[in-house]
Amino acid sequence: MSPARRKSAAAARSFRAPRDFRRGAPVFAALGDDVRLALVTRLSARGPMSTMRLSEGAGVTRQAVSKHLEVLAGAGVVHSTRQGRERIWEVDSAPLHAAQEWLDAISRDWDRALSRLKAFVEE
Amino acid sequence: MNSSFILHPRSLMSDRIEKRIVLRAPIDRVWRAISDAPSFGEWFGVDFAGAKFAAGQRVRGNVTNTGYEHLVMNVLVEAIEPPRLLSFRWHPDATDAAADYEHESTTLVVFELQEADGGTLLTLVESGFDALPESRRASAFRGNDAGWDSQMKRVERYVAGTP
Repeated sequence: MSPARRKSAAAARSFRAPRDFRRGAPVFAALGDDVRLALVTRLSARGPMSTMRLSEGAGVTRQAVSKHLEVLAGAGVVHSTRQGRERIWEVDSAPLHAAQEWLDAISRDWDRALSRLKAFVEE
Repeated sequence: MNSSFILHPRSLMSDRIEKRIVLRAPIDRVWRAISDAPSFGEWFGVDFAGAKFAAGQRVRGNVTNTGYEHLVMNVLVEAIEPPRLLSFRWHPDATDAAADYEHESTTLVVFELQEADGGTLLTLVESGFDALPESRRASAFRGNDAGWDSQMKRVERYVAGTP
């Protein structure tokens, strides 16, 4: 019989461990749009900005930018504060890091599964 | 504002995980390990005894790894093209036994085999992470936005390592 039939402790540990998938999901959904990705990229590179400034050169209307920012805010990726008549937006990095960590964890799961496959076929 | 935080758009935007590995075994053996459902189950850690991967078919099995036996793995086979390609859809990280994942989007897992020096090159891609529940709402915006093409080009530049 193949060695893989003997379930190792390592294999037992390496199945996808419970993680809070839903925490990451809205972040991926929010970033799964190129306009929003560009907005987040600009905010994280240059710091807080008003809706007005974010709309400049965005290639879409200010109304569209506002809607996109609301989607990002809904996923916890950005938040805004009022400053006079303007709304100032900034990035919240924690949800981005959490989503990245989730993806990294899935990536590591595949590394482990593939090394088991390697042992299975290379016997 | 966490000013030290720098977003890496490539990895975050990337809605895929890609792995390449050279297996020191002939392609037919690797193909069997991947495309024969019970064999797949052996190395992956799921009981697919008696199951068969066929395009359009759902395959379910209990996870066999200690501590996760309460979980059921559920895949929908999309394509099976011997001896090179197997793909299926599943709910990524569906590790909450009480949750109902049925209405959530799936990711696509693709195994691709290629003869390589000294064995077989396996490329694995899991994609679709950003096509998640809220994406229906997100896609509603797309139709309304003018200038989509020019925006795409701009984003390509962002992703290429600017801003």
